[in-house]
Parts: sequence; structure tokens; C-alpha cells
Amino acid sequence: MSINCKINGKNTEIRGPADRRVVDVLREDLGLTGTKEGCGAGECGACTILVEGEPRLSCLMMAAQLQDQDITTIEGIGEPEALHPIQEAFVEQGAVQCGFCTPGMVLSAVHLLNCYPEADRSRIRRALSGHLCRCTGYVKIVDAVEAAARAMGKEIKP
Amino acid sequence: MTRDVPAVGCSFPRFDARSKVSGAEKFAADAYAPDMLWAGAKRAGIAHGRILAVHTADAESVPGVFRVLIRRDVPGTNRQGIVHKDQPVLAGQKIRHCGEPVALVLAENREALKLALSRIRLDVEPLPGVFDPEAALKPGAPLIHAAGNTLLSAVIQNGDAAKAFPDCDVILEDCFEVPFQEHAFMETENGMAQQKPDGALVMTVSTQAPFRDRMEISHALGLEFSAIRIISPYLGGGFGGKDGATVQCLLALAAMNANGRPIKMWWDREESFVAGYKRHAARLYYKLGAAADGTLNSLECRLYYDTGAYAHLGGEVLELGMEHAGGPYRIPHVLIQGWSVYTNNPVGGAMRGFGVSQVAFAIEQMMNRLAEKLRMDPLALRLKNALGRGDRNSSGVTLVHSTGIISCLKSIKQHPLWLNQADWKARAGRFKRRGVGVCAVFNAMGYGRGLPDSAIAKVELTREGRIRVYGGVSDMGQGNTSAFVQIAGDMLCQEGNQLELILPDTDRTHPCGSSSASRTTYTYGNALIRACQQLKEKLIHRASLVLFLDEPVGLVLLPGRVRHLPSGREVSFSTLAAMLPDSDRMAIDQHVMTVASDGNLNASGFILGFPHAIFSYAAHLAGIEIDALTGGVSVLFYLAVTDAGRIISPQGVEQQVQGAVAQGLGYALCEDVQLRDGKILNPSFTDYIIPTALDVPEVASMTVETVESTGPFGMKGMGEVGMNGPLPVIAGAVQDAVGVWIRQSPVTADRILAALDVNKGVGRKP
Repeated sequence: MSINCKINGKNTEIRGPADRRVVDVLREDLGLTGTKEGCGAGECGACTILVEGEPRLSCLMMAAQLQDQDITTIEGIGEPEALHPIQEAFVEQGAVQCGFCTPGMVLSAVHLLNCYPEADRSRIRRALSGHLCRCTGYVKIVDAVEAAARAMGKEIKP
Repeated sequence: MTRDVPAVGCSFPRFDARSKVSGAEKFAADAYAPDMLWAGAKRAGIAHGRILAVHTADAESVPGVFRVLIRRDVPGTNRQGIVHKDQPVLAGQKIRHCGEPVALVLAENREALKLALSRIRLDVEPLPGVFDPEAALKPGAPLIHAAGNTLLSAVIQNGDAAKAFPDCDVILEDCFEVPFQEHAFMETENGMAQQKPDGALVMTVSTQAPFRDRMEISHALGLEFSAIRIISPYLGGGFGGKDGATVQCLLALAAMNANGRPIKMWWDREESFVAGYKRHAARLYYKLGAAADGTLNSLECRLYYDTGAYAHLGGEVLELGMEHAGGPYRIPHVLIQGWSVYTNNPVGGAMRGFGVSQVAFAIEQMMNRLAEKLRMDPLALRLKNALGRGDRNSSGVTLVHSTGIISCLKSIKQHPLWLNQADWKARAGRFKRRGVGVCAVFNAMGYGRGLPDSAIAKVELTREGRIRVYGGVSDMGQGNTSAFVQIAGDMLCQEGNQLELILPDTDRTHPCGSSSASRTTYTYGNALIRACQQLKEKLIHRASLVLFLDEPVGLVLLPGRVRHLPSGREVSFSTLAAMLPDSDRMAIDQHVMTVASDGNLNASGFILGFPHAIFSYAAHLAGIEIDALTGGVSVLFYLAVTDAGRIISPQGVEQQVQGAVAQGLGYALCEDVQLRDGKILNPSFTDYIIPTALDVPEVASMTVETVESTGPFGMKGMGEVGMNGPLPVIAGAVQDAVGVWIRQSPVTADRILAALDVNKGVGRKP
């Protein structure tokens, strides 16, 4: 069947079984491999995407659920040479180690700071608690989101 | 990449961060190709048995199935293993653990693969299993391998422990148990492979040891060594679990039967639990004797490590555990005996801390008990016995290299968190009990004696005039390759955006050994320094020719160019590159790590990798709060002080410390591979709990000022030592908070509550 949606700002037609997992559609059919799969069971958060701005686990979604939806994957957030402020903060603060959990973390952070631009560390920790990271111990990830909140706050209110 | 010239000693944004944070970096798992097949293994599902038949017909008839392979389809020896070749690629006769692969399916897509795997039937004659290392050593225990259940047994003897005990004022005995731990890297084991028309096999694998993988595949499958090319992109975590064959041989076998088509194998999370390697479970018997003033005198231990069904590095893991069994202390009399034992449990292998995390728990709890018995401050007791340079450690090695444990302990002694602990504890709320723990840990660096720890570095001036580093040792996330770029940038004075990196590729980079043993930056870094020095001299000399200088003096490297300072004249790198033949644009050099040269060690049974010369050290301090009603533990503060020699990247060191502490807190508080008859009961993140952002405190990291004179810029490897602290430090803090001794990890709420209940009972033994 054919599913129409918007992915990273681009109108996209997805052909294939309606029950195909969204993570597979993104990675295998569309080549958007920035969306990672760490568990396939909704436990690790690595496959997080934004659907209408809300974080969703793409390993638990079927292709049909994308119909008419606006999807953002990590590729839609920034590029290596033109990063989003949150991504810049991850780089600067040393929040990236192996990097496999990073795209999901960044997307949840984008959503968090959209909702709570002045989120404190405890709110940041709660917002990221659905994302497993085995490398960093989370401290520098929280540092990065906190730094991004400050940097983005300054942009808005000079 | 930034335009700054990196400086060794200063934090520098990681070279891989931008591509990873934007999702652009391609991990092995991100490799797909048109016309690609999928491979998957059928796992035995029982722990011990004799294979009577493997029925594949139903699987072969599934639409989309390309081929189904069993033992008889394996060319070569069918045997893999890093030191002992005891592990079949596909089992044909015997099943030794639940994750044993018995058939390999090649299919057009994952749906067909899954269905076919479910349709393979096994006829198995079950055999009695053995699931405990001590039980496996008893006469009459079921034999897992024909040669017996002992993989390795060894003894370290110094002085005369038995004779020394009667002279001790206090003697303590205890037994500790730790379970298997899962690596739980986010990117599960995977790779993609293709056999070319000329027979050459090209594989992209998430691997910590691409060069060794060639040998494994060649040996197991009878392929020409030179016909195998392994490419190792950045790994989505490794921690030791991707050291040794995971998908490699199965995937190579699949590719050899895929009619030239590319084929991908990617274990799902459950398969990663069931078939992947684990940190060894262990039972540790300790007897420690000391003088009334706390001076350690005598130690006896018996260490039983459960290596599961196959060797992997189980012998070497035990050896390192034995080498660290006495902690970073002076103990004149020791008798350390160890056994690495086969069972029908999952396969034990390398994991960060490599046998040391287990014994660190035991020796540090013994130190805590000794402090309590002698009414001594636990930190003072450790300081009194801590090793200094010139001392002999408990395996008899004279410490001639940097030895910073005393500095680490002193840093904690002066820290406000330590000094103000009484006030802090008194501020616990209702039904809360606070406790503080401290520990001293260490971890050897490198392979140790008997296995040269070597790396070959290559650095090139590209045709475009940029600097390219060829790093043959994998980066599993620890950031070693960023350190390489930082070193090359500093030495050759090049800006970040002028630097390039080639990740391990057996066709392009030189053998550098595995990404393991806290060795990557040390060994490769030393080789790289020499290669950079060579290239620098070469560029200066060649530039002097271009500038018609009588002598190559007064020339310096600047970003993208060489300048003659006296005249101010310059030659750009691109001009130089254009003039030089390819073979002259590069420099290659090597390094072999120094080993301990003590010749009078009284140790027997060791095969490879004992002893070590250089260690990193750390002292950890943690404050916990226990809910007296639930037994739940919250870690409220954590401080790690590390001796890592001089620091190349402060941020990089913090990353390693914080990550290791988080992994260690998981080991301390919640991680437990639960087994019944060798079957994992919790093979998912639903039931196997690793710490989240809500469980790990704001881990603070400090380093002490030491210099490892043999290391690149004075550094030494420190990726593992942080793993060894959390379990002992938490166990000590629990005792401090509620007065119960933890002997079995993880320290769960259940165990604390049970211990509290026992303590309440009058006259009952704690």
C-alpha cells in the first residue's frame, strides 16, 4: 500500500506493507540510518523520532501510522557542518561517545526544550530517562542539554 | 571539525562527535546493499545435549529462504577461540550452552529468516548439565569438554601465607559471589559480508579486533588469510563483548554460500543476551590477616571463575583477577589460587575490568571488615597499606612505573565530601539511612608478558596536502581515535579540519592489536608519536630542498605549510605533496609496550598475559541513602579520583570515568544475568536493568598529578579502572549505613531488606 507523509520537511510516499516497522522503513527503504535500533522492544529509546513534534519509538510503530504525519528524524535536525544548537552542545560538552544512543537523545532533548526552554537538570534527567546510554554515565548528556537551553535562551531573548 | 590546532593536555571536541550527533556516521549496523541477503543462527535453547539430528527441510521450504547450512557445510576446522580453539562455528555433535548455534539460515528478508529459524527442529539427547564452577570441578561432574572442566588453574605464591597467619593479630575469612554481567552495548553484534568473484571475502563488522578476526575466520573456515578483508567502523559500544568472534565466522560462512551476494547478520537484543559473551560470574574465598595496627600481613584466596561453555579469554580473565586479588596493597605473604572452569552457562569473556571487578569487590570488602574489626578509619587503613613506587605488589612485581594510589587516597581524604560526612549522614530524613563508602582499585594496562602488546602507526601527507592518520585499532566509543588525531595535530601543528582519519581496515591500516586492555591510546599513541616525528623531519627536510636551504634548520610546521623562520619563506603542504612520490608522503613506526621484568616470581599455571608492569589506579568515594522501609538504595554523590598519568584530553578522561562508574553502578545495584539450568531468564532490557539517567548521580571526576614516563605524553590507559570501584564502594557504604555486610552482588533492595531482617533477629547469625 502507499502511505503519504512528510519526512524532514519533504513530502514522501512510502510503498510497502502497512505493518512494516517504521524503523525499517526509515533505515532500509529511505536510507535514514541515523535512526538506530538498540532493542526492538521499546526499551532503549535509540530509535526515537519526532511525530508531529512528539518523541515516538519507531521500532514500535507500523508504517500505516505515518499517514498524513509530519516526521522528523535526526537527519532533519542538523547536518555535520550545520548542527542544531543542541547538537553543538553535545559536541562541545563531550556528550557523544559511541554515539549509538545519541540521535534518540538529541530528538528527545529537542522536544524537551521546545516544551520547557528552561528545563533544569532534574527535568532533563526525567525527559531522557527513556533513553539507555551505556557509555557516558549521562552526566555530560545532561550538561549538553543544560548548555543548549542556556544558549538557545540567549538566542531568543538577547 | 574545528579550525584550532589541537593541544595535547587540553580538551578538544571529539573528532567523531559531529558525524555521530547528526546521524551521519555509518556504523557497521548501518551497512545495507542492494540485493542483500540476511543471515541468522538457530540457537540450541538447551544447555547440554548430544545432537542426534538437525531437521532443516521445513525451513528450506519457506519462501524466500536462500540456503540452510549445518555443521557438515562448514569447511576448515569449525573451531574458533582467541587462545583456545574450542568453540564451534556450528555445533554438529554436542551442545554446551543455550546459545549454541546449530544451523545457519540465509534468506531474502528478515521475515523469511525468522520463520525459517522457527521451523528448524533439533533431535537432542539431553545431558546432565553443570552450572556452578565448584560443582563442575567435583569428581563425577558432567564433562563439558573431553579434556575436563578446568580451563586454567594457576597459583601465585609470595612469602609463606600459611606460616604467616599465626603471627597475625586479626584474621578474617569470607566468601563473595558475583553474577554474570551483560555488556549491553547499544549496537548489538552485527556485520555485513560479501565474497567477491576472486574468492576474497570483504566484511564490515562491529569488532574490537579486526586483524585477529582474519585469523579466526581463516582457521575456522579454511579460507586463505590474505583473502579476508575486515573493515571496522566506529562501534556502537564494545566494552570487551566484541573482542573475539561474534558474528564473524557465521557471517563469513554465510557469505561463502551466498553466491556472491552481500549478506548481513545483526543479532537482535535477545540473541545478544543469549549468544553474546558475559563478564564472568565468580565465587571468591578470602582469608586476610593483619597486625593490630592494620598492617596487612597475609592473604589466602581461592578464586573460582565461571567461564561458561567455552574458553574465549576465560583463562586470561582469571589470570588478571589473580594478579589483582590482593588489591593495590603491600601484602608480604600471599597464596592466591584460581580456577577458570567450564560450565553449561553462557560464555564468559572479556569485559571492561577483565576479571578485576570481581576481586576488587572481595578484597575491598575484606578491607572494610578489617577496618571495622580494628575500629580504624577505612581510608586510613588503605593509606597505611597502599602500594608506592618501589614496592612489590601481591603478585610479586616490583612497581617501577607510575604508582599513584596514595595520591588518589589523599585527594579523597582532603575532600569536603569525606571531611563533612558525619554532618551529611546526620541529615538523612525519616526512615532513611545514609552511608559513605571508599575504595582503592587498580587495573593493569596492556596484554602482559607473553603476548607482545604492539601497534603500528602510519601517518600520511595526502596528495591534497592534508594529514591523514591510519589507525588500526578500533574505536568502540572510548575516543582513542580522537586522541590519535589530537596527538598528530599537536605534533604536526595542523588544524582540526586539516586532519583525516582512516579507521581500521585490514587492507589499509597496519596491525595494531585489539581495542582492549586499556591499551589503545598508550600503545598506538607511542607508535604514532614516532611516526609523526619521522614525518615532521621528512617534511622539514623536503621543504628545505624546495627553498634551496643549505641546511634544514630554522624550519617549522605551521597549519598547511612549512615556514623558514629566518627568511619568512614558506612551502605549502600541497606543493610538497605534489612533489613527493607516494611512498615518500608517509611515515610508519611501531611500539611495543614494556612488560614486567621481575624474574623471581613464584607463579605457576599462567599461560599468556601475566604479569603486568603498568597499572592505572583510582580511589572512589560515594554517599548513599537507603530507604529503611523498602531497602532501596539511592546514590547521592560519587567522586572518582584517578591516576592515569598525564592527561591527553581532560574531557576524554571524564567520559571514561563517568561511563565506567555508571556501568559499575549497574554491576553494583541491579545488573544480574539470572540463570536457570543455563538459560537466561531476563534476556531483555525489560528485566535486565541497566542504569538510566535517573539512576546515575552527578559523578565527579578528578585526576592526580602523575607521569607515566613510558607513555605518550606521560599518559597511561585508564578506560577500565573506573569499572572496579562502584561495587566495593557501594557495598562499603551499605555497611556504613545499616551495618550489614554484602557478600553477594548486585546489592538489591531485596538483599538489603533480607539482611536487615536477619540483623533484627536476636542471636541469629548475620
